[in-house]
Amino acid sequence: MIREKLNYVVSRNTAISTAAVWLGVAAAVVVVAVPWLPYFGTPAFMHWAVEVMCYLILAQMWNLLAGYAGLMSVGMQAFVGVGGYSVFIFAQHLGVNPFLSIPIAGATAALAAALTAPLVFRMRGGYFAIGTWVLAEVFRIGFSNVSALGGGSGQSLTVMTRIDRGAREIAIYLIAATTLIVASVGINLLLRSRFGLGLTALRDSEAAAESQGVDVRLLKLQVYTLSSLGAGLVGAIYYTSILRISPFAAFDLNWVVAATFIVVIGGIGSVEGPIVGAAIFFGLRSLLADYGTWYWLVMGAVAVIVIMFAPTGVWGYVRARWDIQLLPLQRRLVLKGMTKAGAAAATPAPATVR
Amino acid sequence: MFEAADTIIQGLLLGGLYALFAIGLSITYGVMRLVNIAHGDFLVLAAYLALWPVMNLHMNPFVAILPVVVLMFCLGYTLQRVILNRTMGANFLAPMLATFGISIILRNGLQQIYHSDSRSFDIGTLGTDSIHLGPRIAIGEFPLLVFVVSVILTLATSLLFSRTRIGIALRATSDDAQTAGLMGIRAKRTYAIALGLSLALVAVGGVFAGIRTTFTPESGPASLLYAFEAVVIGGMGSFWGTFAGAVILGVAQGAGAKIGAGFGILTGHLVFLAVLALKPTGLFERSR
Repeated sequence: MIREKLNYVVSRNTAISTAAVWLGVAAAVVVVAVPWLPYFGTPAFMHWAVEVMCYLILAQMWNLLAGYAGLMSVGMQAFVGVGGYSVFIFAQHLGVNPFLSIPIAGATAALAAALTAPLVFRMRGGYFAIGTWVLAEVFRIGFSNVSALGGGSGQSLTVMTRIDRGAREIAIYLIAATTLIVASVGINLLLRSRFGLGLTALRDSEAAAESQGVDVRLLKLQVYTLSSLGAGLVGAIYYTSILRISPFAAFDLNWVVAATFIVVIGGIGSVEGPIVGAAIFFGLRSLLADYGTWYWLVMGAVAVIVIMFAPTGVWGYVRARWDIQLLPLQRRLVLKGMTKAGAAAATPAPATVR
Repeated sequence: MFEAADTIIQGLLLGGLYALFAIGLSITYGVMRLVNIAHGDFLVLAAYLALWPVMNLHMNPFVAILPVVVLMFCLGYTLQRVILNRTMGANFLAPMLATFGISIILRNGLQQIYHSDSRSFDIGTLGTDSIHLGPRIAIGEFPLLVFVVSVILTLATSLLFSRTRIGIALRATSDDAQTAGLMGIRAKRTYAIALGLSLALVAVGGVFAGIRTTFTPESGPASLLYAFEAVVIGGMGSFWGTFAGAVILGVAQGAGAKIGAGFGILTGHLVFLAVLALKPTGLFERSR
């Protein structure tokens, strides 16, 4: 059909993805403007929004690990806890500005991850998953034995009382929003980079990625550290927001359960998936708020059903059904000098890198 | 010296109980590379299943184990057939995520029915009687019984895998499911038997754990971690390795508990991490 020399460009953008990016920018502007909006700028709403954003960031981090690097972690709460406790150590005990303590806490969590990685990386697959959980338990027991940090009952962030309550709530909301936006943009840029290409290759086939020269081990270590930085920031933001920490809450398995369900239901291995998943997660939560444990029962059941019948999640199903790609992460070969329809027809499906 | 000997003996006996937790996990990982995150929650489920006849029919807990074991085998078989087999493939993630979901369903379901009250089984004087071996060493009759049962079940599982047709099918499927399929072994059915066996064994562990101490719907994760640690310390390859791993874990926890209250579990975790650092394939690894 095509007799001349193939003349093509690699294109990432589609009409929908361009629209989605602008929609994302608009959403970011709205999210940042919330404290000054009439109806939404209430402390109750902002408090809820901080929680939603924390879970969304954590889900994105878990997705980066499981969905791309193929590392399933059941121990991410280790770094949520280390991040949370680090804020209390730096702000409450060392006198650092509480808001400045948040990025420091994220870095501390990343450091803790990098230092313990050689140990947990001795395990693979399912062993790695439970091994990280053991690590989280060691951290939890360790922190509950530090009496300066309140031992098993934890402590309050009393230094925060020096800051005006209204200003404090807006500040923590803006920090959460900024972290979410930076994380979202960061993940997108990351996935478009050489690093991300390696990561996408790793997601699709570890053996194939390795044979193409991707340093799989190094890449996994980098992703593990990076996602722990995110988890640490989540812990730091969340526990600065609620002003109280205890070992059982900070190292609670429910952190990773929530992140896992959000990613699995929304769609593993895509950036849009966790956003869809978080919407479903919090939607169901507000619907079933009065039924206590029923909420987790329903979430568990929905997750199992999704794994059985739609392994790529709700977003994966939608994307496959209507061939939508919201974020410009996919590469298509577009032949030059052809009509759009012709280009689409001439583009073989395997040339599309999602 | 007597104290040290006593600590080791008590740890050994505790290890016998952990072996009952761990062998089932070793089976599912050995046969189908599945790390069942719900393993500990199934253990707790078995204890609650035994609670019903014990409370309502005044059945002896030891007798109640039998119907519960049968029930748990059927549950494991059905679960693998209906849910997990659909998720099995090249990727280890999907079946593991499914067990994660099942774990949350079980834990919250039990919470919904039984609330957080801690329960226990009463076996009368057997629970408190002990045999005196020396001036300061006493062995509880019940922990000794658990240990003996654990040895018998480990032996039985080993023989099942090495001597019976089902065992050969299980090992063949573990080595190469496709080739085993050519020999007429249906992998899906074999996997279902493996999960059935796994849950049947953990059911015994669950009821024994319920006699030894108390249990709540939240007890599952801790049991899973002990079982997992025993399997990793022992290394894959033989059920006696898992048994030895469980005993090492039991002794480590017992020794740690001597240092201070609350340090037992931490010491167990640290011994697990130490083994991981020094010999990640486990202490008694043997290629099958």
